[in-house]
Amino acid sequence: MLRFALSRALSLALSLVVASVVIFAVIEVIPGDPASYMLGLNATPEAVAALRDQLGLTGSLPVRYFAWAGGMLTGDFGISYTYKVPVADLVAQRLWISLPLALYALALSTLIAFPVGLIAAARRGSVTDYGIMGATQLGIAVPNFWFAMLLVLVFAVNLRWFSAGGFPGWEGGPLPALKALTLPAIALALPQASILARVTRSALIETLSQDYIRTARAKGLSRRQATTRHGLRNAMIPVLTIIGLQFSFLLAGAIIIENVFFLPGLGRLIFQGITQRDLIVVESLVMLLVFAVILVTFLVDLAYAVVDPRLRRRA
Amino acid sequence: MKLNAQLWIGGVLTALFIAAALVSFIWTPHDVTALTIADKLKPPSALYLLGTDHFGRDLLSMLMVGARTSIAVALLAVGIGMGLGVPLGLLAAATRGSLLDEVVMRGNDLIFAFPSLVIAILITAVFGPSAVNAILAIGIFNIPVFARVTRGGALRLWTLDYILAARVAGKGRLRISFEHILPNITSLLIVQGTIQFSLGILAEAALSYVGLGAQPPTPSWGRMLAEAQTMIYTNPALAILPGLAIVAMVLGLNLMGDGLRDLLDPRVRRARG
Repeated sequence: MLRFALSRALSLALSLVVASVVIFAVIEVIPGDPASYMLGLNATPEAVAALRDQLGLTGSLPVRYFAWAGGMLTGDFGISYTYKVPVADLVAQRLWISLPLALYALALSTLIAFPVGLIAAARRGSVTDYGIMGATQLGIAVPNFWFAMLLVLVFAVNLRWFSAGGFPGWEGGPLPALKALTLPAIALALPQASILARVTRSALIETLSQDYIRTARAKGLSRRQATTRHGLRNAMIPVLTIIGLQFSFLLAGAIIIENVFFLPGLGRLIFQGITQRDLIVVESLVMLLVFAVILVTFLVDLAYAVVDPRLRRRA
Repeated sequence: MKLNAQLWIGGVLTALFIAAALVSFIWTPHDVTALTIADKLKPPSALYLLGTDHFGRDLLSMLMVGARTSIAVALLAVGIGMGLGVPLGLLAAATRGSLLDEVVMRGNDLIFAFPSLVIAILITAVFGPSAVNAILAIGIFNIPVFARVTRGGALRLWTLDYILAARVAGKGRLRISFEHILPNITSLLIVQGTIQFSLGILAEAALSYVGLGAQPPTPSWGRMLAEAQTMIYTNPALAILPGLAIVAMVLGLNLMGDGLRDLLDPRVRRARG
């Protein structure tokens, strides 16, 4: 297990290095000088020179890369040009909206998808199964930001149960904050739950047709016992993969959903960074998002090894 | 029976949108660039079948041209993915276990680590928002998908006797890849192409919704939704129709993809029966 974890950790580190080089290179590709790009056409040469200095653009390429990457490692993400505060502070503030939102959506999606997929698999070929499959097919086709608009239309405009957007902060207790995140989380969760339900169903159907399930039944276990004791655990591998993949979709999806509900999270920050040409914010945030995705992939790999001992030996 | 129904419904829906997009090149009920402020926010009528938006533009015409934008972006993105991903996958499979194979697969993992939207944000941050950059952003994400599917399909074929026969006959790995492997994985690629096409439609809608896709005055479904959002209290219809168009198009493509997979891959059919 330790060897497996170490080899995965090594590939995690390697991915991070390559990803950071790619992001750094893309920002470097910007035609002309990032400093004059950020300041626009009317900037004085003195202002551009001052910003170049502040951005650390005076050194050679490798020096600049190591300064940036080294800073990221120690939690120094640079100073936002437009906000005049460290990017790390901005991230720390905004993370308390984006992360709970993604986790809320992930929890909702899993809570809905598991039972639904289980029922569909257990009643395979029935009207219930076809109904569920049809509904998930529709759920996959609905863009989450449009679903979010429909939720606003129904629950905020017509029923007035929720506000159409904004965030009260966590200072007033967790309930108002969670309430503000509920519609966004539902909007994010719907397509993911549809995919997850389909994967759960097909993974279970696949597992339940295995010989060891037949053996378990022959030894006297009921259908339910065989499913819960032997089927579920073996069906977890593809389901875990999808949950891991979904995390990156949820993070990216949160970027858009935050814009629908005017939530001041990381997603809003990225877009403000783009429109205000604040490259330091964009560069550091993209790196952070990629780091989060790579880290989750690593954790999912470890989770596999816990669920399936065969994978430990293979590494 | 169910198999044919899926393929039919999906095919008809898809054909409908492609037809609307093609027709929009030569004819739309109204000019989408002409702003008739006097006719703004009109309900559906004989003159404007689906009504008008806040600039007095005909909604039906906007939806038709929007279909064109969506389809063009998604299709070109699939083209990029196939054009680069398939040769990479073939090469990787032909040199299984080599450094090239390793580099291709690791590179794929890396692209998967960037959520497609983040790639799009990075590209637009650098090159500015436009339809071309949206195509690039979605297309780059398609490359590893096609490389992976191609490699997987090709690896299975490399173990078969007729490939061995071709090798004995003296054909090189590259020739075998393109003459014998590629024709035999076309069904896999068609199915994957349909799936990526539908994902591309969704991605284009999301990008243009946040302003990173096709720029005004080119109509796109995503931006129509973004503009309708501010008027959702007074004119909810404007926020509903473009969304329905996206759902119908994506649903059609997904159903068609499932139907095609069942039709082209006998193993799935047997497993289901």
